[in-house]
Amino acid sequence: MSDELDRQMARLTRRSLLVGGTAALAGGALWQWIRTRRLDNGVPWPLRVGLDTDEELSRDYFRETRLVRTFPPDAAESGRPNGTVGIEDDIAPDWKLHFGDMALGLADIQSLPKTVMTTELKCIEGWTRVLQWGGARFSDFVAQFYKDDLNPDQYVALETPDGEYYVGLDMASAMHPQTLLCYEMNGKPLQPQHGAPLRLVVPLKYGIKNLKRIGKIQFSDSRPKDYWAERGYDWYAGF
Amino acid sequence: MTRTIEPKHPRAIRWFHWINFPLISIMIWSGALIYWANDVYRIGLGNFTLFHFFPDFFYSLTGIDERLAEGMAWHFVFLWLFALNGIAYVIYTAVSGEWRYLVPNARSFREAIQVTLYDLHLSKTQPPPRKFNGAQQIAYSSIILMGAGSLITGLAIWKSVQFGWLTALLGGYPAARLEHFLLTLGYCGFFFVHIAQVIRAGWNNLRSMISGYEISGHDIQEEPQKEP
Repeated sequence: MSDELDRQMARLTRRSLLVGGTAALAGGALWQWIRTRRLDNGVPWPLRVGLDTDEELSRDYFRETRLVRTFPPDAAESGRPNGTVGIEDDIAPDWKLHFGDMALGLADIQSLPKTVMTTELKCIEGWTRVLQWGGARFSDFVAQFYKDDLNPDQYVALETPDGEYYVGLDMASAMHPQTLLCYEMNGKPLQPQHGAPLRLVVPLKYGIKNLKRIGKIQFSDSRPKDYWAERGYDWYAGF
Repeated sequence: MTRTIEPKHPRAIRWFHWINFPLISIMIWSGALIYWANDVYRIGLGNFTLFHFFPDFFYSLTGIDERLAEGMAWHFVFLWLFALNGIAYVIYTAVSGEWRYLVPNARSFREAIQVTLYDLHLSKTQPPPRKFNGAQQIAYSSIILMGAGSLITGLAIWKSVQFGWLTALLGGYPAARLEHFLLTLGYCGFFFVHIAQVIRAGWNNLRSMISGYEISGHDIQEEPQKEP
């Protein structure tokens, strides 16, 4: 009887091991399959599909009324420049911001209402810096210099004067009240390593989207190219 | 004593358990790829560092360095599977009544101390022969709460503006990141204790988590007796 019991237990265990082993093999195959897929902008395409789905969900959940945390001005820390792509050359003395068929000077931006805010810059590497920013709201810039009706389904493309660094934003994030075109940091004129003469500050996004030394701004119907999204990162990169 | 084959772990719970293992492994591994890019945590005081998370040899040995983008991609895709499996487990245990074996009660805590002393050979009082003793109830319930904690702290980091209230509740963005990391260390600690206990408990116990059945009616330390 005991032998029969042991045999029955062995049968039950064997059956479970067979089912479990098959499932484990299927899981391992899935893992291997994902890893070896063709790269779509630096990541296997199934993962890119996942990231893009995350983006759709994030954009659905997004509300312009949800604000980024602000800090008292004296909480501001020193900057931590991280990367010089697009700002390696000297700033051109005749720098202009190109928007549509306009070439704007810094004075044009400074003529817009000035917003000062102290927010946390979050690097995609995982560190943060609390910094005080001064500049014009992107939405005020658009209201002043864009004469057509704004299409909320469009995107905003920004790039450095040399075109080496470029980012794309969804319109909702660009038009958020805490998205600024900045010319001051910690109460002083913006320094070259921080993006002088004019930079994007979008605390809704990782630091990678906060483009320094803006040369050109354009609207586009499709998702604009993005320097780090081409290198395996999430295109949306938004909090 | 007559030996019998008794059902122990329901099929659903075994699937949740074994599916969770690769999922949490992927989450911890991809989390390590992300953490590497800003590996600031340490145990120390002032300038003195007792242990740095993690030493360089750990990264090069495990191949974890310089893979931030890859880590984020895996992490932000597999989090859904990890979350769904965990939520399904909680719903199943709640609906099926299995929670009665798992959720600690007033005597679990005293029993857990007793079990720990017994396991450390400091006491001869054997743990009760229930499905889960007090120490197990506390451990298996804590690990579920930790899973919930990982989802919550993770959400507070990932969507720190849309869920800004949550990030604030956790003490801010850098605090949420540290909490997320500490929970992960907790899983790793749990894993080692869990494996040690499974080895101690023996094959009859491990087999019950595979097949769902255990042989009861004899001390598993002894050789099975042959009936005449």
